[in-house]
Amino acid sequence: MIQLGMKQFISYFLGLMFLTMSVVHAAPNLEVNTPAINALKNSMQARHTALASHYESGAIGLTANGLIAVRDAKALPLKDRRGINALVASENSDRSRLYKEVAVANSHPEWEASIQDAFAGRWIDKAQGGWYYQSAGAWQKK
Amino acid sequence: MTSKIAVVALFGLLTACVTINIYFPAAAAQEAADQIIDDVWQIDDEAKKATTPDAEATATK
Repeated sequence: MIQLGMKQFISYFLGLMFLTMSVVHAAPNLEVNTPAINALKNSMQARHTALASHYESGAIGLTANGLIAVRDAKALPLKDRRGINALVASENSDRSRLYKEVAVANSHPEWEASIQDAFAGRWIDKAQGGWYYQSAGAWQKK
Repeated sequence: MTSKIAVVALFGLLTACVTINIYFPAAAAQEAADQIIDDVWQIDDEAKKATTPDAEATATK
């Protein structure tokens, strides 16, 4: 009887040890290197060459929720006015999918909104001087 | 008896897996965002381009 109790104790102890070890070793890094995320990154990187001049002119800006929006279509050259909405829509579609994919890649689809929030702040922090971003519903020039 | 220990150990392992990452890792998410944004906007490349002439200038001095 005593021996059985001892073995039970050892097994519980082992279980507890596994638990503690796993918690301690829980790496805080998020997985961002998946085929889906890389494909979205490449797509956005390619589109950025078309968007960069529009950020600079103030035609488009960064929204507070991690997307982009047309701010002043008049700042666009005539040739670019027709395509700007489609360009912005494609970028926002990629961004939304990116936030979802990062959440899914880390096995927490419910993190999507928090990840979007984290990105929203970082896009604006990393934006170049002169670009526009939304803050409290109004456009601000960085 | 060995199988019982294995079951309990497995249970402990499963509990551990469930315990991890319940809370949103805000700092890690920001790091992940930085990494992706740097790639999309190629911020590292621009920084390298900006520092390269300086490096050459100091090398020739």
